[in-house]
Amino acid sequence: MAIVEIRNLRKAFAEHTAVDGVELKTTEGEFLVLLGPSGCGKTTLLRVIAGLEKQTSGDVLIGDRVVNDLPPRARRIAMVFQSYALYPHLTVEQNIAFPLKAQGAPAASIAGAVHKAAAMFSIEPLLSRKPRQLSGGERQRVALARAMVRSPDVFLLDEPLSNLDAKLRTLARDELQQFQRRLATTTIYVTHDQVEAMGLGDRIVVMNEGKVRQIGKPQEVYDEPADVFVAGFLGSPPMNFFERGGTRIGIRPEHLLPKGTHPSTDRLINVWFKVTRVEDLGAARLLYGCLRDLAPNAKIVVNLPSTVRLRVSAGESYELDVREKDLKFFDPATGLRVPARPELVKP
Amino acid sequence: MSAARATVADSEAWLGRLLLAPAVAYIVLVVGVPFLLALYYSLTNVTITGRHLDFVGLDNFRDALANPTFRRALSNTFVFAFASQGLVIVFASMLAIALQKDFRGRWLVRLLILLPWVAPISLGSIGWLWIFDPVYSVINWTLRSLHLLGFREWPVWLGVPVLAKASVILVQVWRTLPLATVILLGGLSSIPQDIHDAAAVDGAGFFRHLFQITLPLVLPIQLVAILFGFVFAFTDMIVIWVLTRGGPYETTHVLASEAFYTGIDGGNLAGGAAIALFLFPVLAAAAILLLRLARSTDVA
Repeated sequence: MAIVEIRNLRKAFAEHTAVDGVELKTTEGEFLVLLGPSGCGKTTLLRVIAGLEKQTSGDVLIGDRVVNDLPPRARRIAMVFQSYALYPHLTVEQNIAFPLKAQGAPAASIAGAVHKAAAMFSIEPLLSRKPRQLSGGERQRVALARAMVRSPDVFLLDEPLSNLDAKLRTLARDELQQFQRRLATTTIYVTHDQVEAMGLGDRIVVMNEGKVRQIGKPQEVYDEPADVFVAGFLGSPPMNFFERGGTRIGIRPEHLLPKGTHPSTDRLINVWFKVTRVEDLGAARLLYGCLRDLAPNAKIVVNLPSTVRLRVSAGESYELDVREKDLKFFDPATGLRVPARPELVKP
Repeated sequence: MSAARATVADSEAWLGRLLLAPAVAYIVLVVGVPFLLALYYSLTNVTITGRHLDFVGLDNFRDALANPTFRRALSNTFVFAFASQGLVIVFASMLAIALQKDFRGRWLVRLLILLPWVAPISLGSIGWLWIFDPVYSVINWTLRSLHLLGFREWPVWLGVPVLAKASVILVQVWRTLPLATVILLGGLSSIPQDIHDAAAVDGAGFFRHLFQITLPLVLPIQLVAILFGFVFAFTDMIVIWVLTRGGPYETTHVLASEAFYTGIDGGNLAGGAAIALFLFPVLAAAAILLLRLARSTDVA
């Protein structure tokens, strides 16, 4: 186990800067998720931590030790790749044994360790197979078994679930978290999938354009986004934005509810919503339209849970309620959060 | 109007046959017919000038096997092919791995390595003839000026059986190395970077990475390269013809040159055909192996 610390890290390629002044520090045994759109530098950051890329400047510390000049094998890390990167010419057993052999573990101890790792992921019956004879889910388990077999200080996972189909992914997410909790090994997990990030992470690091935009617990990042990017990136459908009085205002689609159905007794603000289209998704209804009086030109989406039975038809206007504290205010120039000015949305 | 009629282009079966016909005709005429002719000749006593042709059974094969020059040619053919391709495996791996790295002037090095393959074999061999020249050999003069050759030491490369054989092997390596290197480069670049990264993280050092990951993964492609080289080296006679003409003392003949000297120079067409046919089983085996490999080559 170890703490990973990144100090003012920069990684520049010939054409662009992939990681630009990143600072972060995990806690012991933490599950830290790096979240961001593709090209935001999250994978590059992970590869720098692994030692597969050399940073342009800044320090990487693993367990209080500066590892800047150490090759990957000396960093006591294990990595799972998006493609799983199993060795195609070796059997599952040989794949899992490979890190132990490379480490020079005594031959007698290897078989035991391999079987223990295989048992942990229920892949014992597959030990004599080659990777090409395995399904996607099985390959992913083999990759995890290979990563944990030598008890590394840190796990680095690069989108390990993105090649699985949707159903399997939910299952694998659950297993992954249980397994991480059991081993209590510090884990850094890269994904572009906000559902994975919210579900798995102890904390989420939201990145964009090589910079860290916000670090925090999933609920914190979701409820109190630090800037417009974080607010818009997390949440599906994404947060609605409109401008009033020189301020950008954001409301999440699920925070708008028909008048009288809002469960909260907090201070509510009343707005008129004009519906242009209704999408019934079964579990919820998405209403597309605009805030008739506040911002007739901004497109707004409302997410009504199926428990709200109100009849809604396109072309009509409805009165909706939103909690005052669910309104987020941003500076349109910098994108950063600014103090709340609820008077802007009052009639 | 003819537009309403079905043409041969509408029938896949007939169109396929039509499009294949030129290739089939070519193979039948320039491969099939000469091969059958060789089979037929090898069982007769035909000569270049003879007007009669009698069936003599397997006499030509018996004669060949009884001839010590033939037996030496047979063993030379194998020795040259195996020795040269053994060296090619090692050198091609080294070159391909080095050429994979990005460095200044890589294109130039790649071009230079490909040159022996692009140059006509006969021209290249003539170049080597000068390099091995008993008086002007650039190898000897270089070694002498480096003080590596003593006062009375002066190897006559093509005049001593052992050195002559070594020279032939060297030239075969020189001319089959480029193809093997290029094929291997292709194989190396087909290994996903993730695999290399995984090996680095899993703790493999340079040699473990090379011998347990990289080389096993390119093995199928490596085999294709080696088989091609083997076939070239096994059937070649130009190098022998230019460098040694089978000498000194008939010690460097191979099957192809022996067949040529017997059948064309010596006029014994039937004997030459019989000798050439000894190539067939080995080449057939190589061809089958190549076809199988072609089917099963997948890296990932």
